[in-house]
Amino acid sequence: MFDHLDLVKLIFGRLTWEALPLHVPIVLGTMIVVMLGGLALVAVITYNRLWGYLWHDWFTSIDHKKIGIMYIILGLVMLLRGFSDAIMMRAQQAMSFGANNGFLPPEHYDQVFTAHGVIMIFFVAMPLITGIMNFVIPLQIGARDVAFPFLNNFSFWMTAAGTVLVMMSLFVGEFARTGWLAYPPLSGIAQSPDVGVDYYIWSLQIAGIGTLLSGINLLVTIIKMRAPGMSLMKMPMFVWTALCTNVLIVAAFPVLTAVLALLSLDRYVGTNFFTTALGGNAMMYVNLIWIWGHPEVYILILPAFGIFSEVTATFSRKRLFGYTSMVYATIVITVLAYLVWLHHFFTMGSGASVNSFFGITTMIISIPTGAKIFNWLFTMYRGRITFSVPMLWTMGFMVTFTIGGMTGVLLAVPPADFVLHNSLFLVAHFHNVIIGGVLFGLFAGINYWFPKAFGFKLDEFWGKCSFWFWTVGFYFAFMPLYVLGLMGVTRRMSHFDDSSLQIWFEIAAFGAFLVLLGIISMLIQFYVSFRHRAALRDVTGDPWDARTLEWSTSSPPPSYNFAFTPLVHDVDTWWQMKQAHYKRPEEGFIPIHMPKNTGAGIMLGGLSTIFGFAMIWNMWLLVVVSFVALLAVAIGHTFNYKRDFHIPADEVARTEAARTTLLANHV
Amino acid sequence: MPLKKTLRGLLLLPALALLAGCNAVLLHPEGDVALQQRDLIIVSLGLMLLIVIPVIALTLFFAWRYRARNTQASYDPEWHHSTMLELMIWAAPLLIIIALGALTWVSTHKLDPYRPLDQLSKGRPVAAGTRPLVVEVVALDWKWLFFYPEQGIATVNELAAPVDRPIEFRITATNVMNSFFIPSLAGQIYAMPGMETKLNAVINKAGEYEGFSANFSGDGFSGMRFKFHGMSDQDFDAWVQQARKSSETLSVDTYQHLEQPSEREPIHFYASVAPGLYDAILNNCVAAAQKCADSMMGFASDAGTKAPDMHAMMPSGDAAHADAAVAHDAMSMPMPAASESKSAPAAAPSGHTP
Repeated sequence: MFDHLDLVKLIFGRLTWEALPLHVPIVLGTMIVVMLGGLALVAVITYNRLWGYLWHDWFTSIDHKKIGIMYIILGLVMLLRGFSDAIMMRAQQAMSFGANNGFLPPEHYDQVFTAHGVIMIFFVAMPLITGIMNFVIPLQIGARDVAFPFLNNFSFWMTAAGTVLVMMSLFVGEFARTGWLAYPPLSGIAQSPDVGVDYYIWSLQIAGIGTLLSGINLLVTIIKMRAPGMSLMKMPMFVWTALCTNVLIVAAFPVLTAVLALLSLDRYVGTNFFTTALGGNAMMYVNLIWIWGHPEVYILILPAFGIFSEVTATFSRKRLFGYTSMVYATIVITVLAYLVWLHHFFTMGSGASVNSFFGITTMIISIPTGAKIFNWLFTMYRGRITFSVPMLWTMGFMVTFTIGGMTGVLLAVPPADFVLHNSLFLVAHFHNVIIGGVLFGLFAGINYWFPKAFGFKLDEFWGKCSFWFWTVGFYFAFMPLYVLGLMGVTRRMSHFDDSSLQIWFEIAAFGAFLVLLGIISMLIQFYVSFRHRAALRDVTGDPWDARTLEWSTSSPPPSYNFAFTPLVHDVDTWWQMKQAHYKRPEEGFIPIHMPKNTGAGIMLGGLSTIFGFAMIWNMWLLVVVSFVALLAVAIGHTFNYKRDFHIPADEVARTEAARTTLLANHV
Repeated sequence: MPLKKTLRGLLLLPALALLAGCNAVLLHPEGDVALQQRDLIIVSLGLMLLIVIPVIALTLFFAWRYRARNTQASYDPEWHHSTMLELMIWAAPLLIIIALGALTWVSTHKLDPYRPLDQLSKGRPVAAGTRPLVVEVVALDWKWLFFYPEQGIATVNELAAPVDRPIEFRITATNVMNSFFIPSLAGQIYAMPGMETKLNAVINKAGEYEGFSANFSGDGFSGMRFKFHGMSDQDFDAWVQQARKSSETLSVDTYQHLEQPSEREPIHFYASVAPGLYDAILNNCVAAAQKCADSMMGFASDAGTKAPDMHAMMPSGDAAHADAAVAHDAMSMPMPAASESKSAPAAAPSGHTP
């Protein structure tokens, strides 16, 4: 039926040797370094015979703590990738003036800024947020795992599969050159016929499944698995913000999936949803993607707000001020998150009343947000504040985020947006809130919960270095962008004619360099802390004298988290238990029912990567094979009835006795 | 904290100094619309600083005052509620947002880019019966094409307008989205294929200003810039004459050649323009074989449930325009932003004849 040529096409689709970056020295160099690094990693793991350990204890684990840690490692690795893109952009813009075209031609530069945005949002911020929620939530609500442990492992591997596709685009073919939201018609098949946009679509679709499932999972976990006594209004603030975030995820991500599916149909089968032909309209895409895109912003920031609430109360050694109003502020933000999306395109010709409506709803969000800031402020008031690293990040956040919030409200005034939209002022604004809000929150969270996860604290000195480099670097990198925005400089430019702008870009590049030092300090912090782990050991399980349930467990917690499900009487349960001189139970343990590890998640993730890759390159044979395999593994997994086991009572007793001894020796 | 404060101070000082200079075009525009937008930015920022400055100051002050080492400060670990304080922390931002919201509502309507101007600059109302200068703008890959229907000329990558005469831009694009922006003149508005957006503005001072695309549109985006000249009436007339003397004319053929992607296209003047070219571009029917979008809609509404045979939809002169008129009343494009039909991007209207 097929002649020879067709068969090659059926197997390899569009993929040829041309797809490898053999003619682009920068990418080729990166590829060689990454491959050598990868080989070295594989060699080290093999040499130390760690494959079995990794497979049994991590890859197939359905323990929410381990999955959370894997998410965070994934996010931090991708932070390095996303930041390399940032450094390249800052360098390009600092040198590309007049006759100098910089070192990145437009077709490369356009991929860099697209990849930077996509990676930082989807593969850095999202995994870090999901990772922290995964790790912390069951511990904070006194549960032994999430509601659907296998789904959790599967979600992680889908996120990882999307990440693999994004990384592959660097070396095989190319990434989208459209900006991080891939507006059509630019992302349509006529303007972007090559594989870049397809990489974009499939990596987001596959990772999106992971995000959505993990959202459902955490939502159900919070609603159904709280310890007895923990009514909604006794949940720790972080759990509240996580609850709202997961509501947003569950309601918003299907919109992203749908809009990307429509774009795929336009690209693959020639429909006309977003083309100008036959009544299609590109604005429909813009509209839909921002109906997902704006809630996404709050998906990222709400958990960060939760982290700041925990950190401020703990390090001020004081109850959180205005818990109830904090809760309502969070809920109000959640609802309003759906009523503001049009402010991303005031300049597309909506009428004045529509623009005013969305401008004003946007401003209204600043009221609950402002109330939150005041609540943290009054938590500090009459406290006893220790400036440990998590608290430093919180302080940096309160100052930085306030500035970012102010410029955000300014952008919400439609006539002001008409001159500031798409400018570097806008770029400065959203980095101001995403770095100053989300990222600072994540770093606070990582420093705060690290001892819980690994049993030793992070080094304070390098943590503080990291904080100062990041914070000062942030101001150097982004304040000049505000100025450039007021000078009428627009975003996504790879070359400038006006050399009077150059100084500002050079300052910004210097800022990026400081941020680089901040990232390096953080890596050194991890390394130094690991080396000095004996000295930094957290024996008590409660190194910060904190307030919520996770600190009642050992560090790291046993696989079952709690030998007995705790009873909750207060928002700051653990604080209240400590006040009441709570004594750990030391006998009477019973077997604990736990879920069993499974390899189905990683297999489905791997097959999804292959399926996505095959779709991208139009390898139709592989598409069919991998899709059938996906179905087979998924159905096969439903026949796996050996999904749980019991930890015997004497094993629990041994674990708990060991902790008793440890605590006794420590005091 | 003091270190950070000092650093920020050091950073902001030169910033402010430079901003006070002539570089920040958004703070020193020469068009009345942009000037009102500038004023709005300053007033809004001022309003917000009323609350932002105290918050930042209090943050730093509380951090210092209640540091653990300061045992003099009072410590009240259980204090976590004060109705009075909570009322205040919700009311203060609320009041500011009420003020800002009112300002937003009024200014958004007043500065709606679709609304014809009512003043040339502060205190100088537009005389009754003034006809604005109409400029039809097309964003191409990667250059700007300007039609002057009143003058019968067209230009590429150069725009001019007489000082103190209202300008009405009608804006569209050929295949991708761009954003038409002359910071010194007025805010931007998107240029989108198959749709027409509008911008009303006026330039108050003669001079040369930067114009560019503010929405990323592909590889040639960085070079998609043009000069906008504010001119006296005489200079503008001379400029038009210069264009009329040009050896080039914008025929359909020339246009189709021009439409091919190119970067940093030099300035062109066209002495005359093929009739109906702008409408054809807007309706995606410059090529002879293409059916105009406006008449396609007419066909669809006429055809009702009949399955349209695409080959039967070839343009048929006046009949197509009659269809379009029907279409305009009968149905509207699926336009997300079209809740106010008077100013939503018009779906390829057929009313205009150059």
